[in-house]
Amino acid sequence: MDARLVISPQPLLRRVMTHPRLTATIHGWLLLLPAMALLALFTHWPAVATFIDSFYSTPRPRRPSRFVGLDNYQQILADPVFWQSLWNNLLFALGTIPVSIALALLMAVWVNDRIVGRTAVRMAYFTPTVLPMIAVANIWLFFYTPQYGLLEQITALFGAEPRNWLGSKDTALFAVTLVAIWKEAGFFMIFYLAALQSISPSLAEAAALEGASRWTFFRRVQFPLLMPTTLFVLVNAVINAFRMVDHIVVMTRGGPDNATSLLLFYIYQVGFNFWDTTYAAALTTVLLVLLALVALLQYGWLERRIHYR
Amino acid sequence: MDAMTPAPRPDPYAPRGVWRLLESAAAWWLAILWILPLAYAVWAAFHPPEFTTRFSLLAPLTLENFERAWAAAPFARYFLNTFVLVTMILACQLVLGTLAAYAFARYEFFGRDVAFALVLAQLMIMPDVLIVENYRTMGKLGILDSIPAIALPYIASAFGIFLLRQTFKTVPKELDDAARVEGASALQILLKVYVPLAKPIYVAYGLVSVSYHWNNFLWPLIVTNSVEARPLTVGLQVFSSSDQGIDWAVICAATLMTSGPLLVGFLLFQRQFVQSFMRAGIR
Repeated sequence: MDARLVISPQPLLRRVMTHPRLTATIHGWLLLLPAMALLALFTHWPAVATFIDSFYSTPRPRRPSRFVGLDNYQQILADPVFWQSLWNNLLFALGTIPVSIALALLMAVWVNDRIVGRTAVRMAYFTPTVLPMIAVANIWLFFYTPQYGLLEQITALFGAEPRNWLGSKDTALFAVTLVAIWKEAGFFMIFYLAALQSISPSLAEAAALEGASRWTFFRRVQFPLLMPTTLFVLVNAVINAFRMVDHIVVMTRGGPDNATSLLLFYIYQVGFNFWDTTYAAALTTVLLVLLALVALLQYGWLERRIHYR
Repeated sequence: MDAMTPAPRPDPYAPRGVWRLLESAAAWWLAILWILPLAYAVWAAFHPPEFTTRFSLLAPLTLENFERAWAAAPFARYFLNTFVLVTMILACQLVLGTLAAYAFARYEFFGRDVAFALVLAQLMIMPDVLIVENYRTMGKLGILDSIPAIALPYIASAFGIFLLRQTFKTVPKELDDAARVEGASALQILLKVYVPLAKPIYVAYGLVSVSYHWNNFLWPLIVTNSVEARPLTVGLQVFSSSDQGIDWAVICAATLMTSGPLLVGFLLFQRQFVQSFMRAGIR
Protein backbone atom coordinates (compact mmCIF):
# COMPACT_ATOMS: atom_id res chain seq x y z
CA MET A 1 0.00 0.00 0.00
CA ASP A 2 1.27 3.44 -0.84
CA ALA A 3 2.24 5.11 2.36
CA ARG A 4 1.28 8.52 1.06
CA LEU A 5 -2.33 7.54 0.82
CA VAL A 6 -2.56 6.71 4.47
CA ILE A 7 -3.67 9.87 6.14
CA SER A 8 -3.77 9.46 9.84
CA PRO A 9 -7.17 10.68 11.02
CA GLN A 10 -5.64 12.36 14.03
CA PRO A 11 -4.02 15.45 12.39
CA LEU A 12 -6.93 15.89 10.02
CA LEU A 13 -9.37 15.88 12.87
CA ARG A 14 -7.22 18.28 14.77
CA ARG A 15 -6.93 20.54 11.76
CA VAL A 16 -10.69 20.62 11.35
CA MET A 17 -11.30 21.02 15.05
CA THR A 18 -8.91 23.91 15.44
CA HIS A 19 -10.19 25.81 12.44
CA PRO A 20 -11.02 29.12 14.13
CA ARG A 21 -14.44 29.60 12.58
CA LEU A 22 -15.47 26.04 13.41
CA THR A 23 -14.27 26.17 17.01
CA ALA A 24 -16.11 29.44 17.46
CA THR A 25 -19.25 27.85 16.09
CA ILE A 26 -18.95 24.85 18.38
CA HIS A 27 -18.16 26.95 21.45
CA GLY A 28 -20.84 29.49 20.59
CA TRP A 29 -23.56 26.88 20.22
CA LEU A 30 -22.44 25.05 23.34
CA LEU A 31 -22.79 28.28 25.30
CA LEU A 32 -26.18 28.92 23.75
CA LEU A 33 -27.47 25.40 24.11
CA PRO A 34 -29.15 25.52 27.54
CA ALA A 35 -30.94 28.82 26.87
CA MET A 36 -31.92 27.85 23.32
CA ALA A 37 -33.24 24.46 24.41
CA LEU A 38 -35.52 26.06 27.00
CA LEU A 39 -36.61 28.76 24.58
CA ALA A 40 -37.44 26.14 21.99
CA LEU A 41 -39.37 24.06 24.49
CA PHE A 42 -41.35 26.86 26.14
CA THR A 43 -41.57 29.61 23.52
CA HIS A 44 -40.96 28.46 19.95
CA TRP A 45 -42.57 25.05 20.08
CA PRO A 46 -45.67 26.20 22.01
CA ALA A 47 -46.18 28.98 19.49
CA VAL A 48 -46.05 26.50 16.59
CA ALA A 49 -48.12 23.93 18.49
CA THR A 50 -50.76 26.55 19.25
CA PHE A 51 -51.08 27.22 15.55
CA ILE A 52 -51.30 23.50 14.67
CA ASP A 53 -53.76 22.73 17.47
CA SER A 54 -56.08 25.47 16.32
CA PHE A 55 -57.00 23.27 13.31
CA TYR A 56 -58.10 20.37 15.49
CA SER A 57 -61.12 19.74 17.68
CA THR A 58 -60.79 19.47 21.44
CA PRO A 59 -60.57 15.83 22.54
CA ARG A 60 -63.58 14.76 24.62
CA PRO A 61 -64.05 11.46 26.48
CA ARG A 62 -65.92 9.79 23.63
CA ARG A 63 -64.61 11.82 20.71
CA PRO A 64 -60.88 11.93 20.08
CA SER A 65 -59.35 15.06 18.56
CA ARG A 66 -59.64 15.29 14.80
CA PHE A 67 -58.67 17.71 12.04
CA VAL A 68 -61.43 20.27 11.56
CA GLY A 69 -59.72 22.79 9.30
CA LEU A 70 -60.87 26.34 9.92
CA ASP A 71 -63.83 25.42 12.14
CA ASN A 72 -62.32 27.03 15.23
CA TYR A 73 -61.72 30.25 13.32
CA GLN A 74 -65.25 30.24 12.00
CA GLN A 75 -66.42 29.80 15.56
CA ILE A 76 -64.32 32.81 16.54
CA LEU A 77 -65.90 34.94 13.83
CA ALA A 78 -69.35 34.03 15.12
CA ASP A 79 -68.46 34.34 18.81
CA PRO A 80 -69.95 37.52 20.35
CA VAL A 81 -67.81 37.15 23.48
CA PHE A 82 -64.66 37.16 21.35
CA TRP A 83 -65.70 40.35 19.58
CA GLN A 84 -66.68 41.91 22.88
CA SER A 85 -63.30 40.95 24.41
CA LEU A 86 -61.42 42.31 21.40
CA TRP A 87 -63.38 45.55 21.52
CA ASN A 88 -62.85 45.81 25.29
CA ASN A 89 -59.15 45.18 24.79
CA LEU A 90 -58.92 47.94 22.19
CA LEU A 91 -60.74 50.36 24.49
CA PHE A 92 -58.51 49.25 27.36
CA ALA A 93 -55.42 49.85 25.21
CA LEU A 94 -56.68 53.23 23.99
CA GLY A 95 -57.48 54.19 27.58
CA THR A 96 -54.26 53.07 29.21
CA ILE A 97 -51.57 53.78 26.61
CA PRO A 98 -51.91 57.53 25.90
CA VAL A 99 -52.93 58.48 29.43
CA SER A 100 -50.23 56.52 31.21
CA ILE A 101 -47.55 57.75 28.80
CA ALA A 102 -48.66 61.38 29.12
CA LEU A 103 -48.81 61.09 32.90
CA ALA A 104 -45.41 59.40 32.95
CA LEU A 105 -43.91 62.26 30.95
CA LEU A 106 -45.51 64.85 33.21
CA MET A 107 -44.28 63.04 36.31
CA ALA A 108 -40.78 62.76 34.90
CA VAL A 109 -40.63 66.47 34.04
CA TRP A 110 -41.82 67.39 37.53
CA VAL A 111 -39.49 65.04 39.33
CA ASN A 112 -36.59 66.17 37.14
CA ASP A 113 -37.13 69.78 38.21
CA ARG A 114 -36.01 70.93 41.63
CA ILE A 115 -39.43 70.77 43.21
CA VAL A 116 -39.93 70.64 46.96
CA GLY A 117 -39.46 67.11 48.35
CA ARG A 118 -38.89 65.45 45.04
CA THR A 119 -37.54 62.17 46.47
CA ALA A 120 -40.81 61.58 48.31
CA VAL A 121 -42.85 62.54 45.25
CA ARG A 122 -40.83 60.22 43.02
CA MET A 123 -41.34 57.42 45.52
CA ALA A 124 -45.09 57.98 45.59
CA TYR A 125 -45.25 57.76 41.80
CA PHE A 126 -43.11 54.67 41.59
CA THR A 127 -44.55 52.62 44.48
CA PRO A 128 -47.49 51.07 42.54
CA THR A 129 -44.95 49.52 40.15
CA VAL A 130 -43.31 47.48 42.88
CA LEU A 131 -46.52 46.08 44.32
CA PRO A 132 -48.10 42.89 42.96
CA MET A 133 -50.99 43.68 40.60
CA ILE A 134 -53.07 41.09 42.41
CA ALA A 135 -52.50 42.86 45.73
CA VAL A 136 -53.27 46.34 44.46
CA ALA A 137 -56.32 44.98 42.67
CA ASN A 138 -57.61 43.86 46.05
CA ILE A 139 -57.05 47.34 47.41
CA TRP A 140 -58.84 48.93 44.46
CA LEU A 141 -61.66 46.43 44.80
CA PHE A 142 -62.13 47.74 48.31
CA PHE A 143 -61.77 51.31 47.05
CA TYR A 144 -64.62 50.76 44.56
CA THR A 145 -66.90 48.82 46.92
CA PRO A 146 -70.50 50.02 46.72
CA GLN A 147 -71.83 51.91 49.74
CA TYR A 148 -68.81 52.01 51.99
CA GLY A 149 -65.78 52.05 49.69
CA LEU A 150 -63.65 55.18 49.81
CA LEU A 151 -64.73 56.33 46.38
CA GLU A 152 -68.39 56.13 47.34
CA GLN A 153 -67.70 58.07 50.51
CA ILE A 154 -65.95 60.83 48.57
CA THR A 155 -68.61 61.09 45.88
CA ALA A 156 -71.31 61.02 48.56
CA LEU A 157 -69.72 64.14 50.07
CA PHE A 158 -70.48 65.91 46.82
CA GLY A 159 -73.99 64.56 46.84
CA ALA A 160 -73.48 62.18 43.92
CA GLU A 161 -75.77 59.22 43.35
CA PRO A 162 -74.38 55.99 44.81
CA ARG A 163 -73.19 53.68 42.07
CA ASN A 164 -71.65 50.27 41.75
CA TRP A 165 -68.48 51.09 39.81
CA LEU A 166 -67.45 47.51 39.07
CA GLY A 167 -70.95 46.07 38.94
CA SER A 168 -72.33 48.31 36.24
CA LYS A 169 -71.65 47.68 32.55
CA ASP A 170 -71.16 51.38 31.90
CA THR A 171 -68.37 51.98 34.38
CA ALA A 172 -66.64 48.62 34.95
CA LEU A 173 -64.20 48.82 32.03
CA PHE A 174 -63.36 52.41 32.91
CA ALA A 175 -62.75 51.38 36.51
CA VAL A 176 -60.27 48.61 35.61
CA THR A 177 -58.56 50.87 33.05
CA LEU A 178 -57.93 53.40 35.79
CA VAL A 179 -56.17 50.75 37.89
CA ALA A 180 -53.89 49.88 34.97
CA ILE A 181 -52.99 53.55 34.40
CA TRP A 182 -52.23 53.97 38.08
CA LYS A 183 -50.02 50.89 38.07
CA GLU A 184 -48.08 51.72 34.90
CA ALA A 185 -47.48 55.46 34.85
CA GLY A 186 -44.78 55.39 37.53
CA PHE A 187 -42.97 52.60 35.72
CA PHE A 188 -42.82 54.55 32.47
CA MET A 189 -41.82 57.70 34.36
CA ILE A 190 -38.51 56.04 35.23
CA PHE A 191 -37.51 55.71 31.58
CA TYR A 192 -38.43 59.30 30.79
CA LEU A 193 -36.55 60.46 33.86
CA ALA A 194 -33.43 58.60 32.75
CA ALA A 195 -33.72 60.10 29.27
CA LEU A 196 -34.31 63.64 30.54
CA GLN A 197 -31.22 63.41 32.73
CA SER A 198 -29.11 62.37 29.79
CA ILE A 199 -29.99 65.50 27.77
CA SER A 200 -27.00 67.83 27.76
CA PRO A 201 -27.52 71.01 29.83
CA SER A 202 -25.87 73.08 27.11
CA LEU A 203 -28.99 72.61 25.00
CA ALA A 204 -31.05 74.40 27.63
CA GLU A 205 -28.47 77.18 27.81
CA ALA A 206 -28.44 77.59 24.04
CA ALA A 207 -32.23 77.64 23.88
CA ALA A 208 -32.38 80.21 26.68
CA LEU A 209 -29.90 82.43 24.82
CA GLU A 210 -32.18 82.28 21.80
CA GLY A 211 -34.99 83.41 24.04
CA ALA A 212 -37.11 80.25 23.70
CA SER A 213 -39.91 79.89 26.20
CA ARG A 214 -39.99 76.86 28.45
CA TRP A 215 -42.85 75.38 26.48
CA THR A 216 -40.97 75.89 23.19
CA PHE A 217 -37.89 74.30 24.70
CA PHE A 218 -39.93 71.31 25.77
CA ARG A 219 -41.77 70.98 22.47
CA ARG A 220 -38.84 71.64 20.16
CA VAL A 221 -35.90 70.18 22.09
CA GLN A 222 -36.80 67.88 24.94
CA PHE A 223 -39.77 66.10 23.39
CA PRO A 224 -38.03 65.22 20.10
CA LEU A 225 -34.98 63.98 21.99
CA LEU A 226 -37.27 61.78 24.07
CA MET A 227 -38.72 60.08 20.98
CA PRO A 228 -36.66 56.85 21.26
CA THR A 229 -37.80 56.58 24.89
CA THR A 230 -41.37 57.18 23.81
CA LEU A 231 -41.07 54.36 21.30
CA PHE A 232 -39.65 52.02 23.92
CA VAL A 233 -42.38 52.94 26.40
CA LEU A 234 -45.02 52.63 23.69
CA VAL A 235 -43.91 49.10 22.82
CA ASN A 236 -44.10 48.16 26.49
CA ALA A 237 -47.46 49.82 26.95
CA VAL A 238 -48.98 48.04 23.96
CA ILE A 239 -47.67 44.65 25.08
CA ASN A 240 -48.94 45.29 28.60
CA ALA A 241 -52.37 46.24 27.30
CA PHE A 242 -52.68 42.71 25.91
CA ARG A 243 -50.94 40.98 28.79
CA MET A 244 -52.35 42.58 31.94
CA VAL A 245 -55.26 40.51 33.16
CA ASP A 246 -54.41 39.88 36.83
CA HIS A 247 -56.66 42.70 37.96
CA ILE A 248 -59.53 41.35 35.85
CA VAL A 249 -59.28 37.98 37.58
CA VAL A 250 -59.43 39.65 40.98
CA MET A 251 -61.83 42.50 40.42
CA THR A 252 -64.50 41.45 37.92
CA ARG A 253 -63.76 38.00 36.42
CA GLY A 254 -64.65 39.56 33.10
CA GLY A 255 -68.07 40.66 34.25
CA PRO A 256 -70.59 42.10 34.45
CA ASP A 257 -71.85 40.37 31.34
CA ASN A 258 -68.34 40.28 29.75
CA ALA A 259 -68.05 44.06 30.00
CA THR A 260 -64.44 43.77 31.25
CA SER A 261 -63.35 40.59 29.48
CA LEU A 262 -59.99 41.13 27.76
CA LEU A 263 -58.53 38.80 25.12
CA LEU A 264 -56.04 37.01 27.35
CA PHE A 265 -58.65 36.70 30.06
CA TYR A 266 -61.05 35.14 27.59
CA ILE A 267 -58.31 32.71 26.49
CA TYR A 268 -57.81 31.80 30.14
CA GLN A 269 -61.54 31.26 30.60
CA VAL A 270 -61.93 29.14 27.48
CA GLY A 271 -58.78 27.14 28.19
CA PHE A 272 -59.08 26.59 31.92
CA ASN A 273 -62.72 27.07 32.88
CA PHE A 274 -64.41 25.54 29.82
CA TRP A 275 -61.39 23.32 28.96
CA ASP A 276 -61.91 23.88 25.25
CA THR A 277 -58.17 23.77 24.54
CA THR A 278 -58.14 23.92 20.75
CA TYR A 279 -60.55 26.82 20.66
CA ALA A 280 -58.27 28.53 23.17
CA ALA A 281 -55.37 27.73 20.82
CA ALA A 282 -57.17 29.45 17.96
CA LEU A 283 -57.82 32.47 20.17
CA THR A 284 -54.15 32.50 21.20
CA THR A 285 -53.15 32.45 17.53
CA VAL A 286 -55.29 35.54 16.95
CA LEU A 287 -53.62 37.28 19.89
CA LEU A 288 -50.14 36.32 18.64
CA VAL A 289 -50.96 37.66 15.19
CA LEU A 290 -52.15 40.91 16.76
CA LEU A 291 -48.90 41.21 18.74
CA ALA A 292 -46.86 40.46 15.61
CA LEU A 293 -48.73 43.16 13.69
CA VAL A 294 -47.99 45.62 16.48
CA ALA A 295 -44.31 44.67 16.34
CA LEU A 296 -44.17 45.13 12.57
CA LEU A 297 -45.89 48.47 12.77
CA GLN A 298 -43.65 49.73 15.53
CA TYR A 299 -40.33 48.59 14.17
CA GLY A 300 -41.08 49.13 10.52
CA TRP A 301 -42.96 52.35 10.44
CA LEU A 302 -42.60 54.23 13.71
CA GLU A 303 -38.88 53.71 14.10
CA ARG A 304 -38.16 55.11 10.65
CA ARG A 305 -40.23 58.20 11.34
CA ILE A 306 -38.48 58.81 14.60
CA HIS A 307 -34.95 58.62 13.25
CA TYR A 308 -35.30 60.61 10.08
CA ARG A 309 -37.51 63.45 11.07
CA MET B 1 -12.13 79.13 41.49
CA ASP B 2 -10.49 75.90 40.40
CA ALA B 3 -10.71 75.72 36.64
CA MET B 4 -10.74 71.94 36.67
CA THR B 5 -14.03 71.55 38.49
CA PRO B 6 -16.88 73.11 36.54
CA ALA B 7 -19.39 74.98 38.62
CA PRO B 8 -22.80 73.31 38.72
CA ARG B 9 -24.53 74.72 35.67
CA PRO B 10 -27.79 76.40 36.49
CA ASP B 11 -30.72 75.17 34.45
CA PRO B 12 -32.21 78.26 32.78
CA TYR B 13 -35.56 76.53 32.62
CA ALA B 14 -35.72 75.50 36.26
CA PRO B 15 -38.93 76.90 37.75
CA ARG B 16 -38.40 79.81 40.12
CA GLY B 17 -40.38 81.55 42.85
CA VAL B 18 -44.12 81.22 42.52
CA TRP B 19 -43.77 78.84 39.57
CA ARG B 20 -41.65 76.49 41.64
CA LEU B 21 -44.29 76.48 44.38
CA LEU B 22 -47.11 75.94 41.91
CA GLU B 23 -45.30 73.10 40.20
CA SER B 24 -44.46 71.53 43.56
CA ALA B 25 -48.06 71.80 44.66
CA ALA B 26 -49.29 70.11 41.48
CA ALA B 27 -46.68 67.36 41.78
CA TRP B 28 -47.61 66.79 45.41
CA TRP B 29 -51.30 66.70 44.62
CA LEU B 30 -50.71 63.93 42.09
CA ALA B 31 -48.37 62.12 44.48
CA ILE B 32 -51.02 62.07 47.19
CA LEU B 33 -53.59 60.83 44.71
CA TRP B 34 -51.14 58.10 43.69
CA ILE B 35 -50.40 56.94 47.20
CA LEU B 36 -54.00 57.19 48.38
CA PRO B 37 -55.13 53.60 47.65
CA LEU B 38 -52.09 52.26 49.47
CA ALA B 39 -52.54 54.62 52.39
CA TYR B 40 -56.15 53.51 52.58
CA ALA B 41 -55.08 49.85 52.78
CA VAL B 42 -52.57 50.69 55.50
CA TRP B 43 -55.29 52.45 57.46
CA ALA B 44 -57.67 49.51 57.19
CA ALA B 45 -55.01 46.95 58.03
CA PHE B 46 -53.79 48.63 61.19
CA HIS B 47 -57.15 49.52 62.73
CA PRO B 48 -59.98 47.37 64.13
CA PRO B 49 -62.63 46.40 61.56
CA GLU B 50 -65.16 48.91 62.89
CA PHE B 51 -62.83 51.72 61.77
CA THR B 52 -62.21 50.27 58.31
CA THR B 53 -64.43 52.82 56.65
CA ARG B 54 -64.65 55.35 59.45
CA PHE B 55 -61.81 57.79 59.80
CA SER B 56 -61.09 59.00 63.25
CA LEU B 57 -57.90 60.25 64.85
CA LEU B 58 -58.85 58.33 67.97
CA ALA B 59 -58.98 54.94 66.26
CA PRO B 60 -56.75 52.53 68.18
CA LEU B 61 -53.88 50.85 66.35
CA THR B 62 -53.87 47.07 66.24
CA LEU B 63 -52.01 44.15 64.70
CA GLU B 64 -54.95 41.83 65.16
CA ASN B 65 -55.87 41.86 61.46
CA PHE B 66 -52.43 40.56 60.59
CA GLU B 67 -52.69 37.84 63.23
CA ARG B 68 -56.06 36.72 61.92
CA ALA B 69 -54.88 36.69 58.32
CA TRP B 70 -51.75 34.76 59.24
CA ALA B 71 -53.80 32.18 61.15
CA ALA B 72 -56.46 31.82 58.45
CA ALA B 73 -54.20 30.65 55.61
CA PRO B 74 -50.79 28.94 55.32
CA PHE B 75 -48.98 32.18 54.51
CA ALA B 76 -45.70 30.90 55.94
CA ARG B 77 -45.71 28.15 53.33
CA TYR B 78 -46.67 30.64 50.58
CA PHE B 79 -43.77 32.87 51.58
CA LEU B 80 -41.42 29.91 51.42
CA ASN B 81 -42.77 28.90 47.99
CA THR B 82 -42.38 32.40 46.57
CA PHE B 83 -38.90 32.66 48.03
CA VAL B 84 -37.86 29.33 46.47
CA LEU B 85 -39.52 30.32 43.19
CA VAL B 86 -37.85 33.70 42.73
CA THR B 87 -34.47 32.34 43.82
CA MET B 88 -34.71 29.41 41.42
CA ILE B 89 -35.76 31.59 38.51
CA LEU B 90 -33.13 34.25 39.12
CA ALA B 91 -30.27 31.78 39.63
CA CYS B 92 -31.09 29.87 36.43
CA GLN B 93 -31.74 33.06 34.45
CA LEU B 94 -28.36 34.47 35.46
CA VAL B 95 -26.40 31.33 34.54
CA LEU B 96 -28.17 30.69 31.24
CA GLY B 97 -28.32 34.36 30.35
CA THR B 98 -24.61 34.90 31.05
CA LEU B 99 -23.55 31.95 28.88
CA ALA B 100 -25.82 32.92 26.00
CA ALA B 101 -24.95 36.61 26.19
CA TYR B 102 -21.24 35.80 26.13
CA ALA B 103 -21.71 33.70 22.99
CA PHE B 104 -23.65 36.50 21.28
CA ALA B 105 -21.25 39.24 22.35
CA ARG B 106 -17.88 37.63 21.70
CA TYR B 107 -18.19 34.72 19.27
CA GLU B 108 -18.42 35.02 15.51
CA PHE B 109 -20.19 31.83 14.64
CA PHE B 110 -22.41 30.20 12.08
CA GLY B 111 -26.08 30.94 12.66
CA ARG B 112 -25.54 33.62 15.28
CA ASP B 113 -27.89 36.20 13.82
CA VAL B 114 -30.67 33.67 13.32
CA ALA B 115 -30.21 32.46 16.88
CA PHE B 116 -30.35 36.02 18.19
CA ALA B 117 -33.54 36.72 16.26
CA LEU B 118 -35.03 33.54 17.74
CA VAL B 119 -34.14 34.77 21.21
CA LEU B 120 -35.64 38.21 20.61
CA ALA B 121 -38.85 36.60 19.38
CA GLN B 122 -39.64 35.90 23.02
CA LEU B 123 -40.07 39.64 23.63
CA MET B 124 -43.23 39.47 21.52
CA ILE B 125 -44.29 35.85 22.04
CA MET B 126 -44.26 35.95 25.82
CA PRO B 127 -44.71 32.91 28.06
CA ASP B 128 -47.65 34.81 29.61
CA VAL B 129 -49.60 34.33 26.39
CA LEU B 130 -48.71 30.68 25.72
CA ILE B 131 -50.53 29.41 28.78
CA VAL B 132 -52.57 26.69 27.07
CA GLU B 133 -49.66 24.92 25.36
CA ASN B 134 -47.27 25.33 28.25
CA TYR B 135 -49.83 23.81 30.58
CA ARG B 136 -49.98 20.80 28.29
CA THR B 137 -46.20 20.53 28.19
CA MET B 138 -46.04 20.58 31.99
CA GLY B 139 -48.67 17.84 32.04
CA LYS B 140 -46.59 15.70 29.67
CA LEU B 141 -43.50 16.30 31.79
CA GLY B 142 -45.54 15.20 34.81
CA ILE B 143 -44.64 18.25 36.86
CA LEU B 144 -47.98 20.06 37.10
CA ASP B 145 -48.58 21.68 40.47
CA SER B 146 -44.91 22.13 41.34
CA ILE B 147 -42.60 25.10 41.73
CA PRO B 148 -40.34 24.10 38.79
CA ALA B 149 -43.43 24.12 36.56
CA ILE B 150 -44.01 27.78 37.43
CA ALA B 151 -40.36 28.61 36.84
CA LEU B 152 -39.49 26.71 33.64
CA PRO B 153 -41.08 28.95 30.97
CA TYR B 154 -39.31 32.01 32.38
CA ILE B 155 -35.80 30.63 32.86
CA ALA B 156 -34.53 31.45 29.39
CA SER B 157 -35.19 35.19 29.33
CA ALA B 158 -34.77 37.12 26.11
CA PHE B 159 -34.70 40.34 28.10
CA GLY B 160 -31.87 39.09 30.32
CA ILE B 161 -29.82 37.74 27.41
CA PHE B 162 -30.25 40.99 25.49
CA LEU B 163 -29.34 43.15 28.47
CA LEU B 164 -26.20 41.16 29.30
CA ARG B 165 -25.13 40.96 25.66
CA GLN B 166 -25.26 44.75 25.38
CA THR B 167 -23.17 45.02 28.53
CA PHE B 168 -20.61 42.41 27.49
CA LYS B 169 -20.16 44.21 24.18
CA THR B 170 -18.90 47.29 26.00
CA VAL B 171 -16.08 45.32 27.65
CA PRO B 172 -12.82 46.27 25.86
CA LYS B 173 -11.55 43.44 23.65
CA GLU B 174 -8.01 44.11 24.94
CA LEU B 175 -8.94 42.83 28.39
CA ASP B 176 -10.20 39.66 26.78
CA ASP B 177 -7.03 39.25 24.70
CA ALA B 178 -4.76 39.96 27.64
CA ALA B 179 -6.46 37.24 29.70
CA ARG B 180 -6.17 34.82 26.77
CA VAL B 181 -2.44 35.50 26.47
CA GLU B 182 -2.13 34.69 30.17
CA GLY B 183 -3.57 31.30 29.30
CA ALA B 184 -7.06 31.69 30.71
CA SER B 185 -9.79 29.54 29.19
CA ALA B 186 -12.94 31.01 27.73
CA LEU B 187 -14.98 30.20 30.82
CA GLN B 188 -12.31 31.65 33.11
CA ILE B 189 -12.30 34.85 31.08
CA LEU B 190 -16.06 35.04 31.34
CA LEU B 191 -16.00 34.58 35.11
CA LYS B 192 -12.94 36.72 35.87
CA VAL B 193 -13.31 39.55 33.35
CA TYR B 194 -16.86 39.91 32.07
CA VAL B 195 -19.01 39.00 35.05
CA PRO B 196 -17.27 41.36 37.54
CA LEU B 197 -17.47 44.25 35.07
CA ALA B 198 -21.20 43.71 34.55
CA LYS B 199 -22.04 43.67 38.25
CA PRO B 200 -24.34 46.72 38.25
CA ILE B 201 -26.32 45.18 35.39
CA TYR B 202 -26.64 41.94 37.31
CA VAL B 203 -28.02 43.84 40.31
CA ALA B 204 -30.41 45.76 38.08
CA TYR B 205 -31.61 42.68 36.29
CA GLY B 206 -31.91 40.80 39.58
CA LEU B 207 -34.19 43.44 41.10
CA VAL B 208 -36.37 43.58 38.01
CA SER B 209 -36.61 39.80 37.80
CA VAL B 210 -37.35 39.30 41.49
CA SER B 211 -40.10 41.90 41.55
CA TYR B 212 -41.61 40.55 38.32
CA HIS B 213 -41.76 36.97 39.54
CA TRP B 214 -42.77 37.87 43.08
CA ASN B 215 -45.75 39.61 41.51
CA ASN B 216 -46.54 37.16 38.71
CA PHE B 217 -50.00 35.67 39.00
CA LEU B 218 -51.83 34.17 36.01
CA TRP B 219 -49.41 31.36 35.11
CA PRO B 220 -48.88 30.25 38.74
CA LEU B 221 -52.65 30.35 39.22
CA ILE B 222 -53.11 28.00 36.28
CA VAL B 223 -50.32 25.60 36.97
CA THR B 224 -50.59 25.18 40.75
CA ASN B 225 -53.31 23.52 42.72
CA SER B 226 -52.01 22.88 46.22
CA VAL B 227 -50.63 24.71 49.22
CA GLU B 228 -47.24 23.07 48.65
CA ALA B 229 -46.69 24.79 45.30
CA ARG B 230 -48.73 28.00 45.44
CA PRO B 231 -46.79 31.26 45.53
CA LEU B 232 -47.96 34.22 47.62
CA THR B 233 -49.95 35.93 44.89
CA VAL B 234 -52.09 32.86 44.22
CA GLY B 235 -52.37 32.16 47.94
CA LEU B 236 -53.60 35.70 48.51
CA GLN B 237 -56.19 35.34 45.78
CA VAL B 238 -57.45 32.00 47.15
CA PHE B 239 -57.55 33.51 50.62
CA SER B 240 -59.37 36.71 49.74
CA SER B 241 -61.86 35.18 47.31
CA SER B 242 -62.96 32.20 49.36
CA ASP B 243 -63.47 32.08 53.08
CA GLN B 244 -63.03 35.70 54.03
CA GLY B 245 -66.36 37.02 52.88
CA ILE B 246 -65.80 40.73 52.88
CA ASP B 247 -63.71 41.35 55.95
CA TRP B 248 -61.72 44.15 54.34
CA ALA B 249 -59.53 44.77 57.35
CA VAL B 250 -58.15 41.23 57.20
CA ILE B 251 -57.87 41.25 53.41
CA CYS B 252 -55.95 44.53 53.52
CA ALA B 253 -53.65 43.09 56.16
CA ALA B 254 -53.00 40.01 54.03
CA THR B 255 -52.46 42.19 50.98
CA LEU B 256 -49.87 44.34 52.73
CA MET B 257 -48.24 41.26 54.19
CA THR B 258 -47.71 39.65 50.79
CA SER B 259 -46.27 42.77 49.24
CA GLY B 260 -44.46 43.68 52.46
CA PRO B 261 -40.97 42.33 51.75
CA LEU B 262 -40.84 43.97 48.33
CA LEU B 263 -42.25 47.22 49.68
CA VAL B 264 -39.80 47.35 52.59
CA GLY B 265 -36.95 46.45 50.25
CA PHE B 266 -38.06 49.20 47.92
CA LEU B 267 -38.27 51.82 50.68
CA LEU B 268 -34.84 50.88 52.02
CA PHE B 269 -33.08 50.67 48.65
CA GLN B 270 -35.19 53.20 46.79
CA ARG B 271 -32.32 54.72 44.87
CA GLN B 272 -30.95 51.34 43.75
CA PHE B 273 -34.42 50.20 42.72
CA VAL B 274 -35.09 53.25 40.61
CA GLN B 275 -31.62 53.19 39.06
CA SER B 276 -31.93 49.47 38.37
CA PHE B 277 -35.18 49.91 36.52
CA MET B 278 -33.57 52.75 34.58
CA ARG B 279 -30.50 50.69 33.71
CA ALA B 280 -32.57 47.72 32.68
CA GLY B 281 -34.67 49.95 30.48
CA ILE B 282 -32.38 52.24 28.58
CA ARG B 283 -30.40 49.59 26.75
